[in-house]
Amino acid sequence: MTAVEQTVPAVAGRSRGRTRGFGKLLATELKVWLRDPTAVFFALVFPTMLLLGLGLAIPAFQEPMVDAEPPWNEAPGITSYLPTIVALAVGTISLTTMPVQFATFREKGILKRLSTTPMPPQNLIGVHMVINVLALIVSAGVAVVSAIVVLGVPFAADMLVVLLVLVLSTTAMFSLGLLVAARAEKGTSASGLGMLIYFPSLMFSGVWVPLSIMPDWMKDIGLYLPLGASAQGLTAGWFGNEGFPLAQVLVLTGWTLVLFPLGVKLFRWE
Amino acid sequence: MTSPQLDASAPVVEVGHLRKTYPAARRGGTPKTAVADVSFQVTRGEIFGILGPNGAGKTTTVECVAGLRHADGGSVRVLGQNPQADPALIREHVGIQLQEAALHDKITVREALDVFGSFYSARADSAELLDLLDLTAHRDQQFAKLSGGQKQRLSIALALVGKPQVAILDELTTGLDPAARRATWNLVERVRDSGVTVLLVTHFMDEAERLCDRLVVIDGGRVVAEGTPSALIEGLEGDRGVLLRFSDDGARGRAVNVLTALADHDDDVTGAIAVGDEIEVTGTRKVLFAVVQALAAADVVPDDVRTVERTLEDVFVQVTGREYRAEENEEVAA
Repeated sequence: MTAVEQTVPAVAGRSRGRTRGFGKLLATELKVWLRDPTAVFFALVFPTMLLLGLGLAIPAFQEPMVDAEPPWNEAPGITSYLPTIVALAVGTISLTTMPVQFATFREKGILKRLSTTPMPPQNLIGVHMVINVLALIVSAGVAVVSAIVVLGVPFAADMLVVLLVLVLSTTAMFSLGLLVAARAEKGTSASGLGMLIYFPSLMFSGVWVPLSIMPDWMKDIGLYLPLGASAQGLTAGWFGNEGFPLAQVLVLTGWTLVLFPLGVKLFRWE
Repeated sequence: MTSPQLDASAPVVEVGHLRKTYPAARRGGTPKTAVADVSFQVTRGEIFGILGPNGAGKTTTVECVAGLRHADGGSVRVLGQNPQADPALIREHVGIQLQEAALHDKITVREALDVFGSFYSARADSAELLDLLDLTAHRDQQFAKLSGGQKQRLSIALALVGKPQVAILDELTTGLDPAARRATWNLVERVRDSGVTVLLVTHFMDEAERLCDRLVVIDGGRVVAEGTPSALIEGLEGDRGVLLRFSDDGARGRAVNVLTALADHDDDVTGAIAVGDEIEVTGTRKVLFAVVQALAAADVVPDDVRTVERTLEDVFVQVTGREYRAEENEEVAA
């Protein structure tokens, strides 16, 4: 026998489309995930809370944007902040919730435990990608609906562009989250690394300095960062007066194409 | 997946000259040979033990058997399949309980059993399994809130939920209190009695002696002894011992005289010495008979007679030439 040394369990990388129990695994993981109040709060509630807090508490966010082109000159100031909040929802799930989950699965030996069963451990990661997408749909959906209903934000000018950018933001940021989780030995180290990327990302996506007043040099940098490109692309789609955000779409696609294979390749199963 | 066809007499697990070296942890470090040369065969329906101190290569051996690790050399067959070439072939039929606990903190016992059960084409009845493992009362409890023994039993339950033909149980009583250990031993016997072949990894001599039908003793990555526990103990060289206690000093004094004389002229008795308030007599298998006859002839009646117990620990000492320390973790030279 001339088996080659591998650092992954022999079962890893051997997927034969075995899906027995996948639905059950998804349902159980979702149920167990919902029992973690911190994860649920940050994934689902935090973006909307921030949006409503700012929208209701800060007068400037309630006054119409008189300098904007019609019809946006009648929309409240918080409107320009909504795309940033949606980007924040994507960033929060990908950089705070997800890497910690995956690293914890490895730390606790859950991935190894699964590799002893007919269910490949890759499917647990797959299941949690699905759960995080569901969480994102809820999180972004609630933020958008509250913005429209509670804060009087007008509906997006070009919803298709918004959705396209949202999908690409998700693939780019989830790939980044996967890469963060790929080699972190513990949940805490994944959390630390995630935060290190999360906070600068928030800055360039306009959480602290809104995109509308962000200096050009910051926007220029932000264009090349996944979460910055996400916020800019979402803004372009929502207002619809800057044309199609081609550069942002290309940047997000590029990040996905680079980060996802890297995350998969570097992911340690043990 | 088709069930591997196997006649009842064929070995369930066959390991031949297994070898596994881990690369150096650091650049410039030395590679560590965990398994140098391990061979054994496990027959259907037995509890087969892999016994040895920590660091002897036991876990690496079973991880290679389970197809969780690639061996550097040697052969592994499980249920007629080669798990080294394709571990997926044995997943359905081999239940594995790993050393460390490995579940979400907030999953309940019942949820864990249900979800693991859903991975297998054949699955054990959850209620029966809960009952067998004495977990029925805790079925709605979350994993993090279970005691060490309960976690361990759940871990065994998960290894059995797919109705395996072989169960690999790795250090399953480590960290358990004596009562929980005994309960777990009974459980392993019940599992074997239900038709599952058990491959038991342990560093506890008493556990191996009590549970295993056959076993290999591994030390430094090699098999140093193999057989049934009783045959291994029977095969021990050296003397057996009998300990005698007497109610009063007079009786003891007379007994010492009788037994010292006995040791002088009887070939089956090699010595008699007073140890505290007891007398230890050593000799061949016939030493007990000789002692009893001599004492009866002299009409000296002991209060208590005990034979000095010989254990697998003595076997280990004999084959390795050093004392058995379960926790030793020495670097094994290649």
